[in-house]
Amino acid sequence: MTTIPTTSPEAATPPPGSGPAKTTKAAKVPQGHRRLLTRRDRLTLGLMAGLPTILHVALVWVTALASIALAFTTWDGIGFDAITWVGFDNFKELFTNNPQFWPAVQHNIIWFVALILIPTPLGLLLAVQLDKQIRFSRVYQTAFFLPVVMSLAVIGFVWQLIYNPDTGLINSLIGANEPGHYIDWIGDPDLNLWAILIAASWRHAGYMMILYLAGLKGVDPSLREASALDGANEWQTFKNVIFPTLRPTNTVVLVVTIIEALRAFDLVFVFNKGAEGTELLSILVTNNIIGESSRIGYGSAIAVVLLVISLAVIIPYLIATFRKERQA
Amino acid sequence: MHLTPSGLSVPGPSRRTMLRGIGGAAALGAGIPLLSACGGSGGSAADSKTVTLGSNASDAVPKKAFAEIYAAFKKQSGITVDVNTKDHNTFQEQINSYLQGTPDDVFHWFAGYRMQFFAAKGLASPIDDVWDKIGGNFPDAMKGLSKGEDGKFYFVPLYTYPWALFYRKSVFQEKGYEVPTTWDQLIALCKQMEKDKLVPIAFGDKDAWPALGTFDQLNFRTNGYDFHVELMAGKASWTDAKVRKVFDLWAELLPYHQEGAVGRTWQDAAQTLASKKAGMYLLGTFVGQQFTNKADLDDLDFFAFPEIDPAYGQDTVEAPTDGFMMSKAPKNKAGAVKLMEFLGTPEAEQIYLKADPNVVAASTKADTSSYSPLQKKAYEMISGAKSLTQFMDRDSRPDFTSTVMQPALQKFIRDPKGVDSLLSSIERQKKTIFAS
Repeated sequence: MTTIPTTSPEAATPPPGSGPAKTTKAAKVPQGHRRLLTRRDRLTLGLMAGLPTILHVALVWVTALASIALAFTTWDGIGFDAITWVGFDNFKELFTNNPQFWPAVQHNIIWFVALILIPTPLGLLLAVQLDKQIRFSRVYQTAFFLPVVMSLAVIGFVWQLIYNPDTGLINSLIGANEPGHYIDWIGDPDLNLWAILIAASWRHAGYMMILYLAGLKGVDPSLREASALDGANEWQTFKNVIFPTLRPTNTVVLVVTIIEALRAFDLVFVFNKGAEGTELLSILVTNNIIGESSRIGYGSAIAVVLLVISLAVIIPYLIATFRKERQA
Repeated sequence: MHLTPSGLSVPGPSRRTMLRGIGGAAALGAGIPLLSACGGSGGSAADSKTVTLGSNASDAVPKKAFAEIYAAFKKQSGITVDVNTKDHNTFQEQINSYLQGTPDDVFHWFAGYRMQFFAAKGLASPIDDVWDKIGGNFPDAMKGLSKGEDGKFYFVPLYTYPWALFYRKSVFQEKGYEVPTTWDQLIALCKQMEKDKLVPIAFGDKDAWPALGTFDQLNFRTNGYDFHVELMAGKASWTDAKVRKVFDLWAELLPYHQEGAVGRTWQDAAQTLASKKAGMYLLGTFVGQQFTNKADLDDLDFFAFPEIDPAYGQDTVEAPTDGFMMSKAPKNKAGAVKLMEFLGTPEAEQIYLKADPNVVAASTKADTSSYSPLQKKAYEMISGAKSLTQFMDRDSRPDFTSTVMQPALQKFIRDPKGVDSLLSSIERQKKTIFAS
């Protein structure tokens, strides 16, 4: 019996119903376990763990580190010998000389604050209402969730039809496409960011609604019963009982919203390519790197700034999460 | 514990079969590109009867027009042109890595700085031997446009089109307007149009490049061709009083432009000219593509941007030129040379123009008898010009024009008052870009 496992793991399988073998097996397993892996198994496991690791390192870590390194160079993307080290020049240029950089940082922050203040409470409100099992609940749920299914690029196209200053829905309805009283939703820097944020909120509210709906389903019904027995009204129940139990959901919502604000790109790119008033870090990266004679070093420097901001946000979250896990 | 061995043994084989399946699929997947690679290289290496060509002509009209040229080339030489068409903008964005990878033998590109850039980087083959054959077909201005900085030829031009102020003949006739030839006449006309409830100059800068064209016209009319070239090459300073003068003139003209330009595409702006809501429109002749009604198109006319400084008059014409280059190591060089020679003939240009009448031939030998009145006028304007420019983003570093000039001019259009800080910001950014 002891020799069998080394030859083939299949042979180690106890014949079904072989009573005496069972007991010996149970005792032998701990030491035989390792030997159950043949060379082929080890190779297989090695490939299964190794290939994804190599891919991950190559596609995530090497590229991230490469762009950090490139941030200290100038390079037009043609031939590796064209790379020259410039130290912190790109960053100096970025912080002091680029008229689009600080507006972009500001817009990314506005993006986050607006998503937290407008669509998130709206999503929570919708979720609470839908959770009450009102009639046609599923219809509303579908209607509010529908924008989430669509790509932001598509949403950009749809909302352009509404905002187009000459032929769009809004200006046609209110007659603001005439000379003299003209509202330029896409070109006016005081308006365009907000116009885009409404489109982004339209989608984000549905996303938040689904997250909160899931959270609300997890609220123990006996809590509601207890607060009802204590004579709490609906608002008091929500404020003191339901909302505190949504804490884990709120953490997820916060992280999701931060990520949405940092990766904001497609909607704006489709809408007006990050023109005056809608500059975003992600768009500056793209504008500098993509193209026939690109400023890869400079674009990488912007990407590094974006990376640092992302890390500053994500690392505290990860630390908190892991600490919780260790405690549990 | 009892579960462990059986747990290992039961999914074991199935996992392995699955892996085998994946391995098989991977081998198959690897096999497909291998096979196609064999087919590809075998095809073009073995028979010298195929030339590959990278094309950015993704729109229907030019795509069909080019296909007809290649069909004619095949009939004449027996060489097939294997066209690899990419979306127009994608082609431009990827040109960098495309030319460094395994590019097609011949590829579409633009004259001017953009051609010289890749020529200087060694990503294109010099084609002086082609020009020995086709040189007689082109005027000197086109020869100059086709040379790299090293004085060798790298480019075969096919067609070109001028930028000018477009208008509708019927509107000018009805209101009794006259074509302005000086700055004062232009301003007076704008004022009159405003009184007549017309938008004097249609304008759309959502794509950020049309405003570059307005700057070009104002600059070479005010400061002349040589200063314009120096400025585009990064040699002259943007804080120079000459540049400031351009922006002062622009600020004077800007109130007569269509409101909300940054939110409007050039196509939408062209519609206001087509629907007679606007009096004029500064654009390339491709504006004609937006005139889908034949009667409207026949009503379309244009005039050169009025004179600002009599020393320079109207001697410079902005005429972007499109054509072909040969990649650095074409697989079928002999065939590619033959194709380039064919593309430089008047026949090739005539075939193209028949299908796309919005542009004019780069060659002076091409038959102009079938030209529309608009094409004839465009042809005369270009052939009579003392100097030709290509457009800001073709005459200067594209990274400078796209990351600095495009946003800066959008800012100026919205707020013409902040010129001084804008110009010093442009100058500072220009210095770092041109230094790299």
